[in-house]
Amino acid sequence: MSSIRSSLASARGLGSSKTGVTHWWTQRVSAVALVPLTLWFVACIASQFGAEYSSVTDWLSSPFQASLMAIYVAAVFYHSQLGLQTIIEDYVHVESAKLALLIGLQLLNILLAVAAIFSVIMILVGAA
Amino acid sequence: MSQQANRPVSPHVQIYSWPISMVTSIAHRATGIILAVGSVVLAIWLIAAGSGPDAFASVNGFAASWFGQLLMFGWSFALFFHLCNGIRHLVWDTGVGLELETARLSGFVAIGVAVALTLIVWIWAFIA
Repeated sequence: MSSIRSSLASARGLGSSKTGVTHWWTQRVSAVALVPLTLWFVACIASQFGAEYSSVTDWLSSPFQASLMAIYVAAVFYHSQLGLQTIIEDYVHVESAKLALLIGLQLLNILLAVAAIFSVIMILVGAA
Repeated sequence: MSQQANRPVSPHVQIYSWPISMVTSIAHRATGIILAVGSVVLAIWLIAAGSGPDAFASVNGFAASWFGQLLMFGWSFALFFHLCNGIRHLVWDTGVGLELETARLSGFVAIGVAVALTLIVWIWAFIA
């Protein structure tokens, strides 16, 4: 550090932490939620393995099961968004490519999560 | 400067005998990427179920093929490893289990439990 500028000045702009510990904290909260949700999901999928359409729609016609599935989808895509964002930030150092990937990732995750949750709702109300 | 250039360089990852903590750390990130791809498949499966029996049958048909089952087997192991190692990370976040020997042991436990859960779930899926 040969400059007489303070280290705070060089940390501003691209170097700041922007949102503080929000990323770290929400990743941990979604991880905690995903522990029981994953065990529930695996148990359901294992018992539904190779099952017919009607048995899957029967399962998701229960409001409780449909709610768990919607929460699971939301938690999965949120946790996945945070994880992949970190990986892109770690390995992609060209600013334009990094921004494009981060924006694309976020939009894709929102699209998939919303479409999956709407599908669960359609099965729940018997519109599927 | 010339003095620095002649210094011995650190061996690269191919040379190291990988410590278990290094294996689990890299595998956590790798399985995270695999699971992100898996979450896209989960969304497609739910959207197909919400779209009706025909769409569901084509997605389920692929899942039931040998290639689909191979993907799901690999995915299930990635899920269980990320789950077990993720719990290990959550415990570390509380400041517990960071001693070298404890961390080494918990790495083996995470891999062992993930292998066991994968086998149990697949045996269960085929019996049930």
